[in-house]
This record gives sequence, C-alpha cells and structure tokens, in this order.
Amino acid sequence: MNTSIESQFPTYQIIDGEGNMVNDDYKSEITEELARKFYEKMIFARLFDRKGVNLQRQGRIGTYVPFEGQEAAQIGSALALEDGDWMFPTYRDHGATSAFGHSLKNIFLYWRGFIEGCVPPEGKNIFPPAVPIASQILHATGTAWADKKKGNDRVSLVYFGDGATSEGDFHEGLNFASVFNVPAIFFNQNNGFAISLPINKQMKSKTIAQKALAYDIPGVRVDGNDIFAVYFETKKAVDRARNGEGPSLIEALTWRYGAHTTTDDPTKYRDQHESHERREKYDPMTRLEKFMQKQGYWDEEWAEEVQKDASRRLDEAVEEMEKVEKSDEAVMFDYVFGTDVWPVEEQKQAFFADRSER
Amino acid sequence: MREITYLEAVREAMSQEMRKNDDVFILGEDIGVYGGAFGVTRGMIEEFGPERIRNTPISEAAIAGGAVGAALTGMRPILELQFSDFITIAMDQIVNQAAKLRYMYGGKGSVPMVLRTPAGSGTGAAAQHSQSLEAWVAHIPGLKVVQPSTAYDAKGLLKAAIDDENPVIFYEHKLLYKTKGDVPEEQYSIPIGKADIKREGKDVTVVATSIMVHKALEAAEELEKEGIDVEVIDPRTLVPLDEETIVNSVKKTGRLIVVHEAVKRGGFGGEIASVIAESEAFDYLDSPIKRLGGLPIPIPYNPNLEKAAVPQVPDIIDAVKETVRFK
Repeated sequence: MNTSIESQFPTYQIIDGEGNMVNDDYKSEITEELARKFYEKMIFARLFDRKGVNLQRQGRIGTYVPFEGQEAAQIGSALALEDGDWMFPTYRDHGATSAFGHSLKNIFLYWRGFIEGCVPPEGKNIFPPAVPIASQILHATGTAWADKKKGNDRVSLVYFGDGATSEGDFHEGLNFASVFNVPAIFFNQNNGFAISLPINKQMKSKTIAQKALAYDIPGVRVDGNDIFAVYFETKKAVDRARNGEGPSLIEALTWRYGAHTTTDDPTKYRDQHESHERREKYDPMTRLEKFMQKQGYWDEEWAEEVQKDASRRLDEAVEEMEKVEKSDEAVMFDYVFGTDVWPVEEQKQAFFADRSER
Repeated sequence: MREITYLEAVREAMSQEMRKNDDVFILGEDIGVYGGAFGVTRGMIEEFGPERIRNTPISEAAIAGGAVGAALTGMRPILELQFSDFITIAMDQIVNQAAKLRYMYGGKGSVPMVLRTPAGSGTGAAAQHSQSLEAWVAHIPGLKVVQPSTAYDAKGLLKAAIDDENPVIFYEHKLLYKTKGDVPEEQYSIPIGKADIKREGKDVTVVATSIMVHKALEAAEELEKEGIDVEVIDPRTLVPLDEETIVNSVKKTGRLIVVHEAVKRGGFGGEIASVIAESEAFDYLDSPIKRLGGLPIPIPYNPNLEKAAVPQVPDIIDAVKETVRFK
C-alpha cells in the first residue's frame, strides 16, 4: 500500500489539460449553462487583470497586483459562496471579489489609492484586501465564530498564498477554527512562489493540504486550474461548514504567469520559460475552452459577444473610476475613529488652517 | 455607598453589560473555571456559559484576530490578555488590523472591541510579566487607551469602553486589583477622555497614571505637613487625552511633574510635558517640568530591585520639593 503523503493528498481533477472529463463525480451537474457561466466570469477576470496592468503602465492607477493564470482558482471558489457569506481576499484576489459582486469601479479606485475602493456594495461581506500576510485568516476565524454564535448559516472563506502558511497566524487560525468547529473555509492558492521564494524553500512539506492533518480537519488538494474541481470541492467544504460540520483546508495548485506586483521583474528569480510552458499546457481558460468544444458547448459568436461585453463593462468601470476627482484631504481624518474624538478634530482643523495660510 | 475591590468592579462592569447585551462576550486564556490569571472572570462561566466566556488556546494573535473578526460582524468582544506583556504577540492584529480597519474600510466597518489586560510591576513576576507598555499603543491612531486607577473609575470606564465604536485598550494594574473603593451598584459610564482631579492643590500639579495616582496622593499627604499644596490629576485615558484639565491646572500652579511606572524614556510623560510646552500654560511655568518614570532596565525579579526600578513615594516627594524650591 502506498502511504506517501502525495498519495494521501492526491490532486483532484475533473477536467484534464486537454479538456477531457477524467471522472464522473459531478457529471450530472456539469451542464452547458454552468460551463458558460464559468467562461463568462473567467474571461472577464482575465481581461480585467490585463486592463489593470495596462492602467498601471500608463500611470492611471498605482502599483497593481496581477493574477493572470489563477482565474479558475478564484472564480471557482468565489462562485461556491452565497450572498451574505464572508469573503476575505488578499491583494491578488480581485478576480474573486469581482466574481462575488464587488463594484468594478471601486476595485479600480482601490488601485488608484482611494479608501472608498475598499467599500463593497451593500449586502456584500467582502473584507478589504489583506496586504500583510496571513492576518486575514484570523479574521475569518472570528467572523465564522460570531456567525456560529448568532446561529445564522453564513460561512467565511479566506484566501491566502503558499507563503502565508509559514506565518503563525495560519496555524493559530486553523487551530482556533478546529477547536471551536467554526464555519470557515481556508482556501489556499499555491502558485509556487512567495514573491521570489519557491515553495520548496518555503516548506519541507510535500503538500499544503497535509497541514490539515495537524488540526484534524479535512484537507484537499485540487488542480487549481480546473475550475470544475475547484468549484465542486469548495462547494463541498462550504456545505460542510454551513451544516455545522466545521472548517476545511483547500489547496488549489496554480501559477501566476506575471510578476508578484507591477513593481517587480519575475525574470530575476524565476525561469520564465516555466511560465510559458505552463500557459501552453495548463492554462485554465484554454482548458475550459477545449472542454466546451469537446462537449459541443462552444460557440464562437457567443464567445466573441462575451468578450466584447466584458471589455465594454471594463471600459465603463474605468471611465467611472477616472471621473472621481482627486481625494478630499478631509477623509484622512474622518475614518480614524468611529465617534468624534477631539484630538483628531483639532488636528484636522490645524491641518486646513496651515494650508490656507500658505 | 458600597465598597468593592477594583477587581470586582471590573467583573461587575462586564457582568452587568453581558446580562443586558447578548453581543458582548469575553475570550482569553484560563478565563473559564479557573477564573483568569488574576481571578477577574471568576464565577462568570457559571453564569454566562462557555459560549460567552470563551476559554481559548494559548494563542494571542488568534484571540486578538478572532476578536477583530467577531467585532466586524457587530459583536462586542472583550478580550483578556493574561499579562499585558503578551501584547507583543498580538501586536500585528491590534496595530495593523484593529486600529486600521475602520479607516481602510472607508468608515464602513467598525471594530468595537475592548482589550483588557493587567500591567505593571510589584508582584514579583519578573522581566517578561511586569512591563507597562501603554505608550506603544497610545502612539497608534485608531486606538483608544484607558488606564483606570480606582475601582470607581474602572467600572465606569469599562462600561464606556464596551459601548465605544472603536478598539479600546484597557490597562488594569495588578497591584490595584485588591484596592477598595466606593462603587455604585447600578451601571454608569465615565466618558473616555475626561481627566479627574484626584486632589485639588495650588502649588504644584502632579499628573500621575494608574498606580502612580495612589503614590502621588500619598506623597501629597506628606507634603501637606510641610505646607506644600499638591494638585493630583489622573488623566484616566491617554487617548484621547484631556489636555484642557492639565493645561488649566498648570496655569494655576505654575509647576508640573509627570509620574508613571513605564520606562521614562519614550514614555507617555514626554507627551504630557510636550502638550504643556506647546500650550498657553508654558508662560505660567515657574520651574522646569519634571518627569518621573521607570528606569531603562528590565523589571528585576528580586523584590528590592523591583521596587527600586520604578518611582516610589519618596521619589515623588523629592521631585515636588525640588520643583517648588526652584528659583
């Protein structure tokens, strides 16, 4: 019997790189409608990401964090949630947040340095992107804990990268969540690199999923470029959590083609040849397209229409974002405290008095 | 009026609020049947049950981070850090998360949580369990910082802290837990940011925090015998600071001494001295401002050395005399 860790945590796949369905686990649920919905969201995310990089290059927004290559992991998991659930993104997860219903204008505003960009639409429980590493894992544990106490059926899903699993917050979060059996889903996107540090220098563990063993919670490894595998495995974890069966850890294997952020150059720390090869062989978009073609779901005209529509919505969002005048300096002071605190008020008055004297 | 201890006042403030408000709960280490390291939560798990008195793993970052998450959903967590020194392990969640989220959320989210924690030396708990690190958190925009010195203040300020929309760091002093004072049975609130003149006087203003309030009052009694009339002001909250009360007092006395247990260098006393130096009270000063604070050393375990490391009553008496005699 093979007892290696990799055999205990096999990479779950539904669609292989060639677009073939490799198991029938969810065959009846995989419909043309679902495939189209995935394609629409994924192509939108990809165009969104390219738009983001371009806007940064043109100086129209600040530093941007690209996610191209990770669309299946983000969209598949985001669509497994229901309205009212909590989502805790990192700085690389605007594919997930936009799919979950965040305002496009606000996401772009965030990257232009507007506090208002963190504000999700009413009723959407989307946390501001976590920029420190792993801190959001504890918040998700806390919201899940509170929702359990309140007796509602909300779940909390938190994103984090491979590097985050080295932080104490990851381990404290999983331990807390398991001890108190809270409705949380710990969704890891393992893209192989934490800025410049490759996974084999990040940990000796063969998988991230195996870390669930230490907390006696389910841990699964999925092909993060297979949107069906991501969606159905996340849904399983979401259902477990909603039914009071506690937290789960999901490791989605994926890859970012580009830089860590628009401020770095990945060729300094990574052989970009591997990125090109992965794009050729494992790209999540190409795979879905091949699958749809093989199933007879593909329609070239429809696909063109979808892309055109996505581009139009993105252009509109950018236009709206650029209509916003420069930030009012008053907001620097307004949100520091929730109630009037006079030193802040005095500082604000002094700040504007100084300005008017200049 | 009924007399209870500072410790009982803290517990009563929490219990009374928890009976009224189901969103309030406590989390921390050994706060269940054990009753907390200093006994503050004793008996509470029996009344409120394990869901509301949440005994947690030894996991300060998770206690703080979990409280942040729960507070964002509208709960009002009170977290107990067993010793205030352990704030070092929860610091990221407090400084980078709790203090920032309202701002970073564009005012949309709030983090109404209270972090209660025992600080200070005097119990023989040595270098890693005896510090007074309140200046660290007072430096961070988005946090309120409270340091009650009496049972009455502890109860009223804790009620205000629980009601506050912002994260509040609530420092209790280990040596004050057993001190007694008159405390009303009913709930009441003391506004955060309002200093209290603990003793009126005309010759010199002593601004003292936490346990140093009591030492300053003791010194004032001694000094009265020599005809020196000391005014003792307890700011009660460091953020926001009631600057007005301190400025008015210094205008009246023309002399200022600041006393805290925390290490003098970089301590909050420097902030209070600066406030006066920048204010209209500066013109009224008849002598240089004096700061008394802990020595810049780790708190020793040895009882004699431990005492010597922080200001004591004779140090305050000497400082007052020097200030009053300054020509």
